[in-house]
Amino acid sequence: MKPPPFQALLDAHRTDVYRFLVASVGPTDADDCFQETWIAALRAYPRLKSADNLRGWLLRIAQHKAIDSHRARSRRPRPASDSLPEQTAPAEADGRPELWAAVRKLPEKQRAAVFCRSVLGMPYAELAKLLESSQDAARRNVYEGLKTLREEWTR
Amino acid sequence: MNELETALRAAAATLPAPAPELDRALIERAAGEGLVDVAYATVDSPLGPLTLAGTERGLALLSYSPPEDVLERLAERLSRRVLEAPARLDEARRELDEYFEGRRHDFDLPLDWSLTRDGFGRRVLKATAAIPFGEVGTYTSVATKAGSPRAVRAAGNALGANPLPVVVPCHRVLRSGGGLGGYTGGLDKKEQLLRLEGVVI
Repeated sequence: MKPPPFQALLDAHRTDVYRFLVASVGPTDADDCFQETWIAALRAYPRLKSADNLRGWLLRIAQHKAIDSHRARSRRPRPASDSLPEQTAPAEADGRPELWAAVRKLPEKQRAAVFCRSVLGMPYAELAKLLESSQDAARRNVYEGLKTLREEWTR
Repeated sequence: MNELETALRAAAATLPAPAPELDRALIERAAGEGLVDVAYATVDSPLGPLTLAGTERGLALLSYSPPEDVLERLAERLSRRVLEAPARLDEARRELDEYFEGRRHDFDLPLDWSLTRDGFGRRVLKATAAIPFGEVGTYTSVATKAGSPRAVRAAGNALGANPLPVVVPCHRVLRSGGGLGGYTGGLDKKEQLLRLEGVVI
């Protein structure tokens, strides 16, 4: 099967991509990452030969953009007061800001693994491709991520 | 872990969906960077909603069918980078509005003929494009102008497959005896267009 018209791809996956990014980088940076993700997808689209696992393909791009954004953020000078809070979202913007703040503190792969597995219900084969790792490593990332979160959460 | 996963799933469902402005900004940037190979839009007309699609070269498609019925064909024939980008079709929309209001007799739009294979069919459509507003031709006359006076049926097929009805006015082509012939969007549309142009049927 060939990849669908790009608009169909955008319509089908825009919400998953955006929520993945809000969970990964927070609502403030998610908008930029969203645009960067889809622009990168558009650039690569003519070379994409198969319609297999398009969601995994898009989320892998989103994961790279989220990592770029984290790096850029950590390079940005901190204000003198040094109290740069974990991105403070408007309260109604995401239902559980403290939960996502904990997710955002996880290592990159665990963060993506937890979101894709627990929220999107992604099969491990798809998750492994997204993480560019083995299925066992994908499983470990989900397990370790959830373990850390539970410790934070029940504390 | 289950309780935590349930909480994550519930919390994710309350995460915001991307605002429509994000799509608009994305498409504007994509168009600016030359990444939208095919732009499409839906426009209203007295004949009902029309789907328009264009490339850098010009208007490639005008269809009476909704976008979901034509996108796969556009992707297959032109490029998979098809996006809803109405601004790119403003010129076509404006000329069509003027035409339907009776203020325009000729379209000045650049056309992209890629959806019609080069050859007899395209020559038939180009001969049809030369029939002036308010006048009519016949299947025989366009076949003749396209170089094969006896290929009347093939001319009919080419007109039936016209990717640019209204703009390439296949509604102006009638049977030699004066009969209406056929029309992709239904004969009622053909009659409506001829009436708009003051042709007495």
